[in-house]
Formats: sequence, C-alpha cells, structure tokens
Amino acid sequence: MNRKMQTAIDQAIGNPVLGNALTRFREAYVVSRAKAYEGIDFTALKEQIAAARGHVADHLAEVTETFKKAAEARGAKVFVARSAQEARDYITALARDRGVRTVVKSKSMASEEIHLNEHLKKHGIQACETDLGEWIIHLAGQRPSHMVLPAIHMAKEEVSDLFSKEIGERLSTDIPRLVKVARNALREKFFEADMGISGANIAIAETGTLVLVTNEGNARLVCTLPKIHVALVGLEKLVPTYTDAAAILTALPRSATGQLLTSYVSMITGPTPTDDGTLKELHIVLMDNRRSDMARDEKFKQTFKCIRCASCLNVCPVYLLVGGHVFGHVYTGGIGTILTAWFNELKTADDLQALCIGCGRCKEICPGGIDIPGLILEIRRRLVEKEGLPFVYKAGLTLMKNRGLVHKLLWAAKLGQKPFARDGYIRHLPLFLAGLTEHRSLPTIAREPFSEVFKRIAQPACKEKAAFFTGCSIEFAFPRIGEAVVRTLNKAGIEVVLPAAQTCCGTAQRANGAFDLAAGCAVDNIKALAADTVDYVVVACASCMSSLKKEYPQLLKDTNHQDCVPDAEKLAAKTYDFSSLVKKLIHEKRLTPKTGHGHGKVTYHDSCHARRLVGTWREPRDIIQACGYELAEMYECDTCCGLGGTYTVKQSDLSMRMLKRKLKNIEDTGAQYVAMECPGCLVQIDGGLDQSGSKIKARHVAELLVDQF
Amino acid sequence: MFDLFKTRAQAVSAEVHRLPTRNGTVDFVLNLLASEKVADAAGFGAVWANGSFLTGVDTETLARKVPGLSFAVTRERAKEARIGITQMDWGLANTGSLVADQTAVEQRLASSLPWIHIALLPSNRILADIPALMQKLSPDKAAYIAFITGPSRTADIERVLTIGVHGPERLVICVVDEPWEVNS
Repeated sequence: MNRKMQTAIDQAIGNPVLGNALTRFREAYVVSRAKAYEGIDFTALKEQIAAARGHVADHLAEVTETFKKAAEARGAKVFVARSAQEARDYITALARDRGVRTVVKSKSMASEEIHLNEHLKKHGIQACETDLGEWIIHLAGQRPSHMVLPAIHMAKEEVSDLFSKEIGERLSTDIPRLVKVARNALREKFFEADMGISGANIAIAETGTLVLVTNEGNARLVCTLPKIHVALVGLEKLVPTYTDAAAILTALPRSATGQLLTSYVSMITGPTPTDDGTLKELHIVLMDNRRSDMARDEKFKQTFKCIRCASCLNVCPVYLLVGGHVFGHVYTGGIGTILTAWFNELKTADDLQALCIGCGRCKEICPGGIDIPGLILEIRRRLVEKEGLPFVYKAGLTLMKNRGLVHKLLWAAKLGQKPFARDGYIRHLPLFLAGLTEHRSLPTIAREPFSEVFKRIAQPACKEKAAFFTGCSIEFAFPRIGEAVVRTLNKAGIEVVLPAAQTCCGTAQRANGAFDLAAGCAVDNIKALAADTVDYVVVACASCMSSLKKEYPQLLKDTNHQDCVPDAEKLAAKTYDFSSLVKKLIHEKRLTPKTGHGHGKVTYHDSCHARRLVGTWREPRDIIQACGYELAEMYECDTCCGLGGTYTVKQSDLSMRMLKRKLKNIEDTGAQYVAMECPGCLVQIDGGLDQSGSKIKARHVAELLVDQF
Repeated sequence: MFDLFKTRAQAVSAEVHRLPTRNGTVDFVLNLLASEKVADAAGFGAVWANGSFLTGVDTETLARKVPGLSFAVTRERAKEARIGITQMDWGLANTGSLVADQTAVEQRLASSLPWIHIALLPSNRILADIPALMQKLSPDKAAYIAFITGPSRTADIERVLTIGVHGPERLVICVVDEPWEVNS
C-alpha cells in the first residue's frame, strides 16, 4: 500500500467526528432500509432492474440511438460525448456561445467525475452547487465522501464555520437554522443563473425522458428557472422503456435513504415553456467516458445494473470505518473502486481494491445484484496478471500449497514461538509483528498436526464414508476441531477418511488475485478427494467450503482447466459443511441429540463465506438449539469479524477495528459461548476474547456439539 | 385508498384534509391564507396557478378580496409568495405522493418557490402506485411530470432530517370529494 493511502486511513480512523457519524449512520440505515422494503419482493425487483439494465449493456449503441431520436423528436438537443473532455468542451462551448456567466447545478456525480466546475471556472464561468451537501463540500474545497450524502463526514460545527464565512455573519450550530441560511443564500443564485446543469437518475430511451430523483427541491428550480437546461447523463442511466423506470423508482429511494419515495421526482421530456412564453433550451449530454468499454467486457458489463444508490457503501465494514476520502477519487466504496479502475486507470485502483475484505455484504444488498466483491477480485486478478505479485506474497502463496514444506517451516516456527506462547496463545510479538497481536492473541501452532492426530483415532466399522477436507487452520492450529468432526460423524455411522494428498483450498491465492495458483490447488484437491469413492466430503472451514462447494468450477473455467470442471461439479455436489451435514443426519435420525436443556447460552457468528457464499446460516442455529442450547442472537451477527485471511496482515488496523466491534456485539449478548463455522473467524474472535480478558469462550460448532449426541 | 394515501402522506410530514365540496375547499384555502397573514407585501403574497379547479370560480373577485393573492403566476410573484396553490392530477396511495403534469411553468413556480404549498386533489383520482400511474400518465403527453411526496427535506448535515430546504416546508393536501374536469 502506498504511504498516502496509509496516512489517509490513519487520519480517518483517528477522526472521532467521522467515526461517530459513520457509526450512527450504519445503525440507522439498516433499520430504515428494512422498513422501506417491507412488502417488496427484493429478489423480483433485482431481476427487473438486472433485465432492463442488462439489455442496455448488451445493446448500448442501439438504446443510445433510440434515446437520442426520441429526445430530439421532442425538441431536446442530444450530444453523445465519448470522453470526459468532449463532455466538458460541449458544455463550455455552449455556455460561452450563449453568454452564460453563472450556472446553478443540482447534484451530479457525472459532473464530479469530469471535474466540470473547475473546467467552467477556467473559462470564466461560475458554477454554483445548490444541493446542500454539495454546496458544503464545495465551500470546503473537498470531494464528496459519499455518492448520496456527499458531506456525511462533516460535523455541524464545521458546516457552521463554512457558512459563517460565506455569508459574513457568525452562525450557531443549529441545523435547521443552517439549512435556512443555505436556502436564503442560494435562492438568488437560481434567479440570476443563465444556465442550470443537472444530472439524471434514469434516462428512458423510448420516450427520451430524463428522470430526476431528489429531496431538497433544488433540481426542480435548476430545471425551471434558468433559460437553458443541460443534463449530463452517464450512459449507464439508460433504461429501454417507461415502465422499466418503475423498478428503479421503487429501489432507488429505498436503498439510498430508506424512503418509499423521495420528496420530488421529475420526468422531463423535451423543453418546457418559461414564464415569458418562450421555450427553454434543453441539452442532454450522454456521456460514455469508458462506459461502452465496460459494456463490452464480459465481467464488467454488470456495472450497468448499478443505480448509484450507494447501499454498497452503507453496509461496507471498511467504508464505515474510513469514510469516503480514503478512496481518493470521486466514486467511493465498493462500486467506487470498480468505477475508478475504469474511469481512471486500472493501476489507480491498486490500493483501493486492497481495501476490500471480500465479506460480500454489498453483493447481498445491491438492488442491481452486482457481484461487487467478485469484480474487485477481477481487478486484483488483472493487476496480478499485468504487474505480477510482490515476491513475498508469491512465495508465501505458493508455499501454502506444499503441505510437507509447510509442516517443516511451521515446526521451526513452533520452536520460534516458544518465547511468546503461553496456554496455547501468542499474546505479544516483537517489532514489526507487534500489530498482529495488539488486540488479538494468535493461536499457537499445534503440538501435532491433525493428520498425525487422526492416525490414532480409533473409528468404529461403518457403512458410509466421508472424506474430510481439513484446511490449513484445522491441520496446523486446531486439530481439536478435526477430532470433534470425526467423533461426531462416527456417531452417525460414518467413517472419516483423510486423503493424504489434499492441499490448501486455494481461497487465499484466489483472494490475492493469483488465480493460477488457486487453480493448481483446485486440481490437486479434486484428485485427492476422489469424490467418486466416498459418500460425502465434509468441510469444517467456511472458507475452504466456499472454494470446494462454490468457486472451483468457475475458477477452473477462468483458468483454462475446462477438462476438470465436471469433476469439480461432482465434488461440489458431495460436499457438505459440518453444520449442514449434521442437520441432515439429525433429520434422518442418524444423530440423536441428548435430551435435556440448559446447557447454556450461545451466540452465533456468521462467517462471511458461510452465510453469503455458501448460504449456510440456519443450519448451525438449528443444530445448536436442537442440542439444548439457548440461542442469543448478537447485533450484526453476519458482519465480518475482520480476519479476511491475509487481509488481517495487510490491513491490520482495519482488521482490528472490525474485530473490536464484533467483540462488543458478542459481549452484549451475555452468552457463555460464541460459536462459528469457520476456524479462520475462530483465530480472530478467540484471540480477541483472550486479549480482552473475556469470560466468553469461542468454539467451532463441532467442538461445541461433539458431546451432545 | 384514501386512508392509505393519508397515512403515507402524513408519515412524510404532509398535512392531509378531506373536503366535500369545491366551494368549501376555496373557503378552506382562504382561511389558511388569512391565518398565514397573506398580504400585498414582499414575502407575504400568495399565488394560485390556473387550472380546471378554478373553472367557474370568480377569481377576479377573490383576488380583490384577498390582497396579495394573484392568479397570474410569474417567477417574481412566486418568489415573494408565502403560499402557492396548485391542483394535482393524481395521488399515489402507497407512497402518499401527488402527481401532476406540470408542463405549464406556473404549476412548477407555485409549487416549488413558496414556503407553503397547498395541493388540491380530487378524491377519485387516487391510484395504488407508480405502475398504476404509468397506465394513466405518460411522458408522450406531458413534458414535465412532477411527483411530490411531502415537503422539501434534507439530511445533509449530520444526517439530521430537516424540512424545507429549497422547496416548501409545508405541504397541505386538500383531497376534495366533489370532482372537477382534469385534462390529463
């Protein structure tokens, strides 16, 4: 990571105003969004948006032409700008030709994207932002830190200072009063302006209509009072038909601000009359600026499904810690990282993509159903393909595949860890490694790897067989989880086999953009696990599970291993995570929970990979309760714990902040145990609880339940 | 339909009044103008945008009776108005929204510049939602379709909801049972 980025992160997480604002926001947003979506079929809505916008991406030139013709037939002038420069030049030339001195603007991210205000200023034209948030940040000389709430990072004290300076009067921090000051200060500007510039939230091709979705009422004035109206619209705003707009009007206010509908929606088709009886001049600048390149890209064309609601920012555990300015460009958060990679250069997104922990929360909530983490990973993959992996990462990720060598090295590390290890934890590390144990102890390397322990487990004779895929954490740090898995399955009459040739699952390699290394792992594991020879493949790690169950087939397709795909699919079909398999076995009455209640209170942490990639979240809760525990849900149970595999090493500050919030949510339940499906999360959470001196015990579901059957 | 419309409109801080007749509605409006001290003075005027509701209403007499009230809406008059009155074409129950073809600039000036917007809506024109509206009103026929849902609002400073930024800070909706001709 470059130093500028690190400094920005340090400043952001050290800024209490920002921290408080974002914390209040994240908590309120989830509630208001859920309420706004009551009674709405979100899946169906997503499909409608995806269908309309998917059609646009596939037929971009045609839809653009339809819009142009329809809008021109109604009297608008339409200019298709291929680049930011063309868009700026068109607007500037128009303004100069018409003798425009001042411009009023309503909020437009497209105009931020092309730095339109600065450009107009160079040509002697004053552009005034009239959206309250935009006006605030422009007075402060800043960039928006959020697509919908541009000034979310600012406290009322700062706003009061800015406004006081602007109007030359000392103002209090009373927010309604500040809002009135803005109204008064800006009202004259609307009347004086020669030109109004707006964006548009939707552009309807069949009718040539612009749809503006706003709350303050400034866009209505921008489009009504000046004689010339220029709308700057990204091509991704197009929808084919009038009725397609209904889906976006349903989703946008609900996802953006938790409203059923914003205060104002304006549908503008062609020029409208002014109060002196003349007709307005309406210019629509449809801006490409690399959007058609994105539409042609098999992976990135799905960005056309983005309705710019910013909900991906509102639920991102990283954005909610650092805010928008860390992203360094106009578009922020998950979708912002993707847009920056295209609108700027792929390279500029290098540090940004590294901020993504890949928890998948944004994908789940996106009303366009965009696989945002998948696209960020694709940027990472392309960067690695182009620039190569840093040597240390490459060496490390390659090494992970070689279990024999990892054994030897870890054994050396085990000797090395002696001075730091106590009761199974490493609590302090020296020098540059200190950050890793600042808020979280690390588990020590196990005395014996699980594959050695396994040899001594006496299993009963069974009819059925399960191949156990252990993953690195169980193998090297948590053999006790492996033992619990074997003992549980034995009770159901399933013998566990441990294919010796299994290797790292490849999740870490893939997450770091090294798809070839990941595919190598996949090929080896598919062969080693020989799904044909067993009844089940059982996995007790959510990350390994996501690879085996969900990722391998696509990964192999993407890396030219087509021939392995059928075997990958066979493997996926037989693969179960521990909780799902146990639930199935209880259902089939092959496992019987001991009777009796009152074993204690358990809270369950949803691992990102289990909940959002694999779709396992109900099963562990069911089996925990079936075994007589009381389940106490924690707040934000499915928010990332902050480990994220190698993320915790690369972004240790952010990782620790996520952990801190998770620990508080766990403590607040008053549970005796926190259970989870993933040994990775266990490293993070167990270590965090140890470091904070908590009484709550972290357990893998298998360890928690092994003696309850 | 009305009950849901009312609930949803009130939930976004609109005021909703149900009135049986057009004459009664004119009286309601005049009372509100009086209580808001509408007068022939800067900042205290009222503008009433022309529309079919006013067919048969003696606007000349009304304008004489109420100093400061004008039926000729210009940008300057709307700017100095405390109250703007416009008629709306449709209501949407599930969002508590009002919809009108506001191609005529007077409709936009009178509903966006004053502090208080009084919106007149026939009670038989309340539809369920946006898809239902799309069957009735299309951009083919209207150059400016305006949806209004509650008063102007912002949460741009510390996410504190504040009413009345660039548009009206009060939206008073009169739902009238006696119908009138609506063009669109």
